[in-house]
Amino acid sequence: MIENRPIVTLFSHVVLILGVLLVAFPIWITFVAASHDAIRITQVPLPLLPGDQFFINLKTTLMKGGNGAAGRPIGLMLMNSLVMAMMISVGKIAVSLLSAFAIVYFRFPFRMGFFWMIFITLMLPVEVRILPTYEVVAQLGMLDTYWGLSIPLIASATATFMFRQTFLTIPDELLEAARIDGAGPMRFFFDILVPMSRTNIAALFVILFIYGWNQYLWPLLITTDQSMYTVVMGIKEMLEDAEQTPAWHIIMMTSLLAMLPPVLVVIFMQNLFVKGLTETEK
Amino acid sequence: MLKRVHFKPSILPYLLVTPQIIITVVFFFWPASQALYQSLLVEDAFGLSSKFVWLENFEELFADELYFDAFSRTAFFSFMVAASSMSIALVLAGTADRVVKATLAYRTMLIWPYAVAPVIAGALWLFMFDPTLGIIVYVLDAFGYEWNHKLNGGEAMFLVIVAAAWKQVSYNFLFFLAAMQSIPKSLIEAAAIDGAGPGRRFWTIIFPLITPTTFFLLVVNIVYAFFETFGIVHAVTQGGPAKATEILVYKVFNDGFIGLDLGGSAAQSVILMIIVIIITVIQFRYIEKKVEYQ
Repeated sequence: MIENRPIVTLFSHVVLILGVLLVAFPIWITFVAASHDAIRITQVPLPLLPGDQFFINLKTTLMKGGNGAAGRPIGLMLMNSLVMAMMISVGKIAVSLLSAFAIVYFRFPFRMGFFWMIFITLMLPVEVRILPTYEVVAQLGMLDTYWGLSIPLIASATATFMFRQTFLTIPDELLEAARIDGAGPMRFFFDILVPMSRTNIAALFVILFIYGWNQYLWPLLITTDQSMYTVVMGIKEMLEDAEQTPAWHIIMMTSLLAMLPPVLVVIFMQNLFVKGLTETEK
Repeated sequence: MLKRVHFKPSILPYLLVTPQIIITVVFFFWPASQALYQSLLVEDAFGLSSKFVWLENFEELFADELYFDAFSRTAFFSFMVAASSMSIALVLAGTADRVVKATLAYRTMLIWPYAVAPVIAGALWLFMFDPTLGIIVYVLDAFGYEWNHKLNGGEAMFLVIVAAAWKQVSYNFLFFLAAMQSIPKSLIEAAAIDGAGPGRRFWTIIFPLITPTTFFLLVVNIVYAFFETFGIVHAVTQGGPAKATEILVYKVFNDGFIGLDLGGSAAQSVILMIIVIIITVIQFRYIEKKVEYQ
């Protein structure tokens, strides 16, 4: 506090509270809609206070899903989302750790060539190469599999860069000491580098989990088998059905379930999240 | 770049980079080169034969008024998303920086929409603006305004901008707040002693000092609006009504997967790639260097 200006401070709190309300209002409406029954949710004006159907809707959503053709248990979709998010984040971290280790700790022909190959992937987001990537995955027989959902998204320039930065700050003396003690490269990697990078690994995991969980376009393209749908794309299908048979209480319950895991990760691992966000982007 | 001390040359480093390089080649380079190649081809309606036509697809694209419309629409959309989410975030970060004791509490309550998937953000706002049921539409109705984004293109555009900006406020807030907190308190105190009030201090000290962050966020927000908002458009409006919300990424998807115009879609992909390359180069070459701390 630089100076005491109660009015300015009060005004600041008012602005911030308005901001929080603005940000939270859609979620409140979602929660309220998810706690009313099918009849109340079609009557104007919609309620602003929660009803008593929350757990009944939760059970219906998890076990049965929405109305009509889109009536599929959301539980399975949540499971698929979890598997995909875990495969993407663990895979990305493993692949990037290894290649950053090679680029920082070894001198070998084409080292810079590999580095630039990884760098260029920054410029090829999935959105600009959707059709040909789809064809590749189809030819490899990976449509409707967890592999197809995750592997094409695993290569990541940002994660490799971040680990490269981390490794460069680790003192050279550690490597010298390890070599004197007779440790080979992989021993050094597992016993010294990985443990020393664990905060960065955790921070990156938080970011990548959110990234993986929220994937939409890619699963939409490569899954046709309904048992492989993820919850984020399941919402879209329910919205289409909502044109004819609105089941907004179920749709909003699904939205709530679909946003819960990544939101909890952000709130409870806030410091890791902030660290991951600022370090991967810069 | 390379450690002064390093391991003896062996086959090991090649094995270490292999997984990443294989994935990069198979899922990045090969598809990107396919997109380049296909953008020079025209396929017949049944996909049986294709003909090499050089840059004809691009010529068609540039002559196509619809493509030009999609381009300017995307520019407008990106500008609106970046401007609105960044200015809201700037106000919130500026005030959160002031209320020292409560900063962290407000941060927790403001950052979580980052974790909400774009398509879910779209679903939430779609529900609130549903022409028959929506709670906001009900309020608008009380004021005598009839909302229907399914018929009115301007309203549909407004809806996707709101959903996209809502999600992005938290990200911008976080970076603005971090930038403001890294400004030395002595600067602010010196200005306060000289008699500058909070508003004056913000515009003459804080705002100029966070310029690098502002430019960085501008680039990130434009990339976000260009590429990551596909889910919002796809869920909320499907590019409609009458293409009023068809942004470039949506058009690539629509022309390729729905319209099956492979050459045209590939040509659009190539143009998008060029845009990403330009943005990436700007981000790396200019942003950190050109904006000097005063």
